[in-house]
Amino acid sequence: MDLRICHLYGDLMSIYGDRGNVLTLQRRAEWRGIAATVETVSAGDRLDPERFDLYFFGGGQDAQQDIVAADLAGPNGVALKEAIAGGAAVLSVCGGYQLLGHFYRPFEGPELPGVSALDVHTVAGRRRFIGNVVATAEQPLVGFENHSGLTYLGPNAKPLATIEVGAGNNGEDGSEGAVQGKVIGTYLHGSLLPKNPWLADKVITWALERRNGHVDLPALDDTAEREAREHAIALAHKRR
Amino acid sequence: MVVLPARSLAALIAAKLTRAALRLTGRGATTLPGLAALSLDPAVAAHIAARLPKGVVVVSGTNGKTTTSRMLADVVRLSGWHPVHNRAGSNLARGVAAALVADATWIGEPRADGAIFEVDEASIVTVARLVRPRVLVITNLFRDQLDRYGELDTVARRMRDAAAALPVQATLVLNADDPIVNLIGDNFAGKVIRFGIDDATVHGALAQNVSDLTHCPRCRARLRYDRVVLGHVGDYRCPNCGFARPHPEVAATQVESDAEGTRFVLGAGEGAAVRVPLPGVYNAYNALAAIAAGHALGIEATTAARAIGSFRPAFGRLELVEAEGRRLRLVLVKNPAGFNAAAATLLSRVGSVRLLTALNDLDADGRDVSWIWDADFEALAPRIEWAVVTGLRSRDLALRLKYAGLKPDRTYVVDGWDDAVRDVLRRSRPGDEIDVLATYTATLALRRTLSRMGYAKEFWQD
Repeated sequence: MDLRICHLYGDLMSIYGDRGNVLTLQRRAEWRGIAATVETVSAGDRLDPERFDLYFFGGGQDAQQDIVAADLAGPNGVALKEAIAGGAAVLSVCGGYQLLGHFYRPFEGPELPGVSALDVHTVAGRRRFIGNVVATAEQPLVGFENHSGLTYLGPNAKPLATIEVGAGNNGEDGSEGAVQGKVIGTYLHGSLLPKNPWLADKVITWALERRNGHVDLPALDDTAEREAREHAIALAHKRR
Repeated sequence: MVVLPARSLAALIAAKLTRAALRLTGRGATTLPGLAALSLDPAVAAHIAARLPKGVVVVSGTNGKTTTSRMLADVVRLSGWHPVHNRAGSNLARGVAAALVADATWIGEPRADGAIFEVDEASIVTVARLVRPRVLVITNLFRDQLDRYGELDTVARRMRDAAAALPVQATLVLNADDPIVNLIGDNFAGKVIRFGIDDATVHGALAQNVSDLTHCPRCRARLRYDRVVLGHVGDYRCPNCGFARPHPEVAATQVESDAEGTRFVLGAGEGAAVRVPLPGVYNAYNALAAIAAGHALGIEATTAARAIGSFRPAFGRLELVEAEGRRLRLVLVKNPAGFNAAAATLLSRVGSVRLLTALNDLDADGRDVSWIWDADFEALAPRIEWAVVTGLRSRDLALRLKYAGLKPDRTYVVDGWDDAVRDVLRRSRPGDEIDVLATYTATLALRRTLSRMGYAKEFWQD
């Protein structure tokens, strides 16, 4: 078995420690004897929908996000949707999450169209949500958010988690992130996967199943991960 | 002779009393007096600054502003200035105000004849309007504490606003090798002096995994790099709009760096030789910035080089502390570029690395610790003999080292500053060197601990 990871627009959309998420996917595959490769596909490159099992799509600054949105409006957006229909898994964070929805509506200027891989849309907000986040999914989820976009889910997307500390999708409905098929979007950036290895393993499993049928990943020694997660959760509660 | 309006005078006196009270209780009075002055009358700082005959120089940017401004303070001193300087690293508007207030007499006459201020990127516009600098130096701009400063584009915009607020006769001193900084000079009405490294042999020792800028800041086409020094700093050009690294007026050639320091020659070989007693190519940039600022002030490069040659590092900037025969080398790290520069310097030495590293997530450190995942721990890990990890987010740091490939049995998580220092001393032998990489408040805490144990002096006594 091998795992082919695409860091989508990795040169443009990689702030807030997104590299940690890609590194975690790669290492956790390798630690199980599964060879993992990471390739960056960027604006102007041609995305081959057959090539990758897993797409990581991170956050970017406004200017970079415009370049990416324009590229996704072309053949690469179509190719990405084909890849998803073909069973690839996607993890998207912040800006990547917003661009996988239907659109991003700024205060002024035209809407930035998304690829509609997730039934969500985002509108610009007046306030910036910055801080630690603790949320509940099938297991606790801990991370850090930094966004002003307000994301709302449609009926086909399910929340990834329920907020305990922090704002999440929009600061109103208590939801954080979205899941639709094998596509995940979240506002928890940076070291999301290192501290939430269960989510990393879930995405790796989905990705491997594209070409391998049912996959059961062997357990790893996650002592360091668990300690980091528990400390981060305790700190987030203390400082809320 | 009363030179201040009554309200400013009241603010000045309140600030001076605050300072005296803090000093009596044995505390460093580096910001509270400034806060008192600014909250009573912001104009008090402007009044004092305007009376400095040689004017004000402001140094800002992501990395290197403390070292650069201290070098520059030495440079102007050697050329006869008596500057006021916010030495202790209090670089918000209140720190600038505190330094001005401390220097002024009780009726608001400055004792100094000029000022060298390092200023935080978030405060740059406020301070520029307050003290009206005659020279503004921008060292470099990298991603840094996004929860506090915002995105890099936002910081760059703030720098442009600060430049626009300068008096017409002011000079901008910019890093030619940083495209984001270079662009700030584009629409500037006044004079611009650029500095950079003109040596094709200087390029990054580490793989540049994360770059803050891959596309042209002017037209957004993909930038081409002939040479990368660190992150997005290097020799760049845009094939689309022609935006490119300009030829710097103050240029370093024949750059050499080892554990003792960094040496270079100014200009095309016939210029002054500069010896910087600090290792790392980034300290060549700091020295160049100070020389270029000196140039803007009419100070000869040979004078600047002489001052820099006898420079002593600032708090937590490659400071050496002796403890039980061990040498602890303190380096403040707070963002990926700063970490990578420190790591490259550390790796240029031979032998294995013993590390004390501390991560805090208080406001001054940045509450978001995800930046450690952009820092190149992978390059460092194979050389680490052991790492003692501490701080409020020690577990995040331990996890980072695990994913960087360091064996878990070489990482020791120790809670508490005293215990962490003791653990390091126990693990090492006399004659050993230990590298201490820590964020801002963690460096403060470790410094205080080392001081309490009798190994280092309080930093505000500088």
